[in-house]
Amino acid sequence: MAARILQPSRNDAAARPGRGRRPRRGWLEGRCYGGAVPTPDAILKRTPLYERHREAGARLVPFAGWEMPVQYEGVRQEHLAVRGKVGVFDVSHMGQIETNGPQATELLQRLLSNDVEKMKVGGAQYSVLCLEDGGILDDLFTYRLDEDRYLTVTNASNHAKDLGWFTYQGASFDAEVSDRAADYAMLAVQGRTAREIVQALADSPLPERMQAGRRFIVGAETLVCGTGYTGEDGVELLLAPEHAENLWDRLLNSGATPAGLAARDTLRTEVCYPLYGNELSEARGPIEAGLGWCAKEEEGFIGSEAVRAVREAGPGEKLAAFVLDGSGIARQGNPVLEGGEVTSGTFSPSLEKGIGMAYLPAERAQPGARIEIDVRGRTRSATVAEKPLYRRPQ
Amino acid sequence: MADESYPEDLLYHAEHDWARLDGEDATFGITWYAQDQLGEVVFLEPPQVGAQVTKDEPYAEVESVKAVSDVYAPLSGEIVEVNAGLSDSPEQINDDPYGEGWLVKVKLSDQGETEQLMDSETYRSSL
Repeated sequence: MAARILQPSRNDAAARPGRGRRPRRGWLEGRCYGGAVPTPDAILKRTPLYERHREAGARLVPFAGWEMPVQYEGVRQEHLAVRGKVGVFDVSHMGQIETNGPQATELLQRLLSNDVEKMKVGGAQYSVLCLEDGGILDDLFTYRLDEDRYLTVTNASNHAKDLGWFTYQGASFDAEVSDRAADYAMLAVQGRTAREIVQALADSPLPERMQAGRRFIVGAETLVCGTGYTGEDGVELLLAPEHAENLWDRLLNSGATPAGLAARDTLRTEVCYPLYGNELSEARGPIEAGLGWCAKEEEGFIGSEAVRAVREAGPGEKLAAFVLDGSGIARQGNPVLEGGEVTSGTFSPSLEKGIGMAYLPAERAQPGARIEIDVRGRTRSATVAEKPLYRRPQ
Repeated sequence: MADESYPEDLLYHAEHDWARLDGEDATFGITWYAQDQLGEVVFLEPPQVGAQVTKDEPYAEVESVKAVSDVYAPLSGEIVEVNAGLSDSPEQINDDPYGEGWLVKVKLSDQGETEQLMDSETYRSSL
């Protein structure tokens, strides 16, 4: 029983019924927004920090086959801790795929939308993984570990699908694709003092933003990545699962607030980062999603011809950010009158207003445009706004 | 947030609502358990004065940052007052669920329905 961070929106109905002990639709077994279809009957995987979450009083919920902390003290407080100081997220449910071999670069260039060759050793790059028709299979961060060795981080709900696609497409390349999901725990340390507290535990200077490298953190070999999903400065740390508890403890002792998936979702929504299953799906491509910047059609990735056609013709609909004009909160799946649909909607703890993202007809996806959203039968007005909706003070 | 409690002078509904009887009227709200599960309430969609509410049917919505939940009427009747203070301070539902966080006052249409509600001890044991 807890706020379910629900995931694929495509199957909103499946996210609905609570199948717990409680009769009918109980609190928070009803309509919750922002994340995975609950799988109460499945055996859920636990991260190496499961006991730590329990000790910290977390509410644990099913998320993409994992039992994950959705919140500890409260989503607003965790959200503001990340914006104001520093928070730590257990994101060990995320998957990792390693690609190595003489043609690793060529394989990834074919798979990933971005220009992989431009990434230097120690670099990081965001991209989408497309189908032939341009639909998005997943959105990914890839780190170039060595000349011919890369690590790609996948969304938990898409990991098996991604691994299959990498392996299938990789058959004709001189490269090895391997599943490394079980080899890594992953912690995201985010906020204005994130680097400071991780640096104090590290053997040498941390990689810069959008760089990645091996460091020893509290004595354990760790891949430190200058990336994140909150709009704050910070790092993501990948390390062997047996060292995760020690690192977690040290980070908390250094002042980091444990933050759950609910805060992760409100943080990323404020800065308009897309979430697979909400903004991204196989039904739409990167141009519609506003990710044209990471699609390099000239590099010939799978789906590039379809993406180029959309780019040249102009997309019929675009992903836009909005702010509610008055009170009320739009939620995922709410229809926009005159066309479109809300993909993510939440209360913004930073702006103290209802905010969200929606696919809109392209001509109405311009900042300043007024839209009306059907929020469970009530029409609420909102204004399309520039992305991101929140920008951290410099 | 308030400490967990289920006052003995209230009647309870399985959907985690309470009713305080006062002659032909009753005050409704949500229980400590409900507000705890929901988290910090950031918005309440109140019903209108004069609206009819029906036992076991939703009559309002409360939203936390991440979720929205229907509020079920523990008894039937007509709404005679809504707690206007909640529009500016919905967090009173968390801070004082049985006091300042009350939701509506209702003129009951069927006093007999009260027999179907639970007392504090029965409700607590259902949690």
